[in-house]
Amino acid sequence: MLDVLTGFVSELRRAGLPVSVTEAADAAEAIRHLPLEDRQAIKYALGATLVKSSSHWRAFDTAFEVYFSMRGPQYDIAEDDASNRRPNDDNAAGQGRGEGRGKGEGGGGGEAVTPEEIAAMLYKALRDGDQAVLAAVARLAVGRYAGMEPGRPVGGTYYLYRTLRNLDLDGVLARLVAEAHSDEGPPGERSGADGDAGALPGPVLRGLSQGKLTALEQRLLEDEYKARIDELRREIEAEIRRRLVADRGVEALARSLRKPLPEDVDFMHATREELVQIRKAIQPLARKLQARLARKRRHLRRGALDFRSTMRHSLSYGGVPAEPRFRHPKPTKPEIFVIADISGSVAAFARFTLHLVHAIAAQFSQVRSFVFIDGIDEVTGIFERSETVGEAIHRVNQEADVVWVDGHSDYGHALNVFWQRWGRDVGPKTSIILLGDARSNYHSPEAWVVKELRHRARHVYWLNPEPRSYWGSGDSIVEQYAQFCDGVYECRNLRQLEGFVEHLV
Amino acid sequence: MIDTPASGNGMWGADLPLSAPRFESVPALRDALATVGYLADDGLAGVVYLADRLAKPVLVEGPAGTGKTELAKSIARLTGARLIRLQCYEGLDESKALYEWNYKKQLLRIQVEGTADAGERRAGWNELEEDIFSEEFLLTRPLLEAIRATDPVVLLVDEVDRLEIETEALLLEILSDYQVSIPELGTVKATQIPLVFLTSNNTRELSEALKRRCLFLHLDYPSVEREREIVLKKVPDITHELADQVARIVRSLRSLDLKKHPSISETLDWARTLVLLGIESVDERTATETLHLLLKYRSDIEVAAKELASTKSGAGLVGSGG
Repeated sequence: MLDVLTGFVSELRRAGLPVSVTEAADAAEAIRHLPLEDRQAIKYALGATLVKSSSHWRAFDTAFEVYFSMRGPQYDIAEDDASNRRPNDDNAAGQGRGEGRGKGEGGGGGEAVTPEEIAAMLYKALRDGDQAVLAAVARLAVGRYAGMEPGRPVGGTYYLYRTLRNLDLDGVLARLVAEAHSDEGPPGERSGADGDAGALPGPVLRGLSQGKLTALEQRLLEDEYKARIDELRREIEAEIRRRLVADRGVEALARSLRKPLPEDVDFMHATREELVQIRKAIQPLARKLQARLARKRRHLRRGALDFRSTMRHSLSYGGVPAEPRFRHPKPTKPEIFVIADISGSVAAFARFTLHLVHAIAAQFSQVRSFVFIDGIDEVTGIFERSETVGEAIHRVNQEADVVWVDGHSDYGHALNVFWQRWGRDVGPKTSIILLGDARSNYHSPEAWVVKELRHRARHVYWLNPEPRSYWGSGDSIVEQYAQFCDGVYECRNLRQLEGFVEHLV
Repeated sequence: MIDTPASGNGMWGADLPLSAPRFESVPALRDALATVGYLADDGLAGVVYLADRLAKPVLVEGPAGTGKTELAKSIARLTGARLIRLQCYEGLDESKALYEWNYKKQLLRIQVEGTADAGERRAGWNELEEDIFSEEFLLTRPLLEAIRATDPVVLLVDEVDRLEIETEALLLEILSDYQVSIPELGTVKATQIPLVFLTSNNTRELSEALKRRCLFLHLDYPSVEREREIVLKKVPDITHELADQVARIVRSLRSLDLKKHPSISETLDWARTLVLLGIESVDERTATETLHLLLKYRSDIEVAAKELASTKSGAGLVGSGG
């Protein structure tokens, strides 16, 4: 057990979680107090001792599922899948294990499960929300559709995709909803009447309405089915993972499943899913930053001695100025101009930076935003009129007039226009942040604009989402601008962005 | 209770006074919690169980209104312990969290001495100093009180993320060794280990040192089933159907992109209102009219009212990729 645990801890460290020696020792101590066969309890014990931030939970979860997966011959890929039954391990904790279970589909199974049978089972399982049947369907579907081959070094995502494509969940969902419309509830029989901890009540809306469903009820029903489908997807993922572990071993699989933490994901190469994660992470980040900056402002270095206040307080010590009082300096809030390239290659980066800056706008006396591709447009108004920052970003993409000729980045022209139209608004309190990879498609850089801006503004910063080693290669002209900037920062992930914003205030 | 400072501390707290385990097993703890009106899932009960066995504090984190403070209160009720609560805020310092010398009383004591003869006074100075820094002049604040208590206590350090990062250090000695060092007096050690809960709304990252000393528990919004159970338990006279519906509407609301998602306490408020209004089943109209109990932003209410009345088309809801 200790070997598994040390392996697990080093895997967590490789995934980027800060796990100290003390915490590892705590984990070892913790699992001594729990029954080893209770997998769920072990998981929570390890989670509580090793993971100290909710954003790391996902990474922990993946690693745990790999390292502490169920093993045994029944997960070998080569073996005939439909014929064996696994102990039902991952719902209700503390459930008697070992006893073969999962006959939920009512004696179906067997060697020859046709696609139609699987589809029928899936439909029934989703409609009734029967956990055991869902798990069984997942197992059958993976065996049938994933087409897993031993020793093949592909990740689980590929198998997941193949399985889901064959199951046609969208179609099933549509059918379920349609049926809910036509009759007042599924027929009374429910397969596998076991009181599983996770089992959802079957006929969800029966008794509430006869006949036609109202819009609200239908909405709730859809959400219910969607939750069940998510459940199924998790089951399938777990099943695939179990088989992969059996096939390729723990370490190899953990390596291929390892994903960067949300704050370390590279903006420029993020997948769609990772972008969603970053977007989720940015809101709490902004809130934290806001709280921290506000606090910092208040607790900044004490100012000059406040003589009046000192005298007044000395009265309570009989005229002895025992407690000197100081004036609080009022640091001026900077004014921010963000000039962002929103062309395809760096759009995600610009979006997140704008989001973050506007989310903490209270820390600045004024925030104005400009976006460009080859033309440039001010979008401050859009942010002011929108309810949420997310909505504003969305509208910027649609409404801003940023294309001048062909919609390929032209930094020179954009800066030139900026200088002509808004140059005189730049004053000594202004900090200018330029966002972009400075890949200007070999147009003229017009670096003199940045030089002029530098003269007028307090600071000019450039944030570049490309790795530093790429700067100056190809059509990147960041070096030409860099000589006139107060600082050029590599800003590839949330962590670096957060660091910069803090530095800015 | 008081001994000299600088007594060695075992690295894993080996020299701590061990109290008998409070809870028998995880399922037993969960059931016991249910009897005092707190519905815990296995994870939560497991962490509390471990906290008792390992003599470690629990750091509870999660969105507002998910029952973080309530957990500590329920544990106190369950174990029959006294709840000592330290509400954190910005600017909280030693003298409000740990202990303070009662300097007025000390001054009085000195003045009494001052009226005596001058010669005597010089001779008695050492004595006097020892005297005014004794327990008689010590004002205990929540942390010290929890350490010194001889009866069972549960210490709740609420909203620890509101402390400044420097002030956090105040807690470290207590959390790892269950002792408080007072320079003039020595080290006060706990006679029994209290259960300690720290709650955080995660407005800032807590220091590594603090997190390392705690068991971490993330409380999120509950699953539909658990929320329904909570509603049933906490709202008298509610029908099973209504509770089910309430739980599922709230789940749908939480899946929307809102500024602030409804918390458990808001769910309960809503359920109570529905019962008071004599509503047996929620339709769109009642839902829209009472939404302000669940959501506290105007824009959120508008979004939610629009969303609840609309159905999405089935296609495209389930992405195929992984």
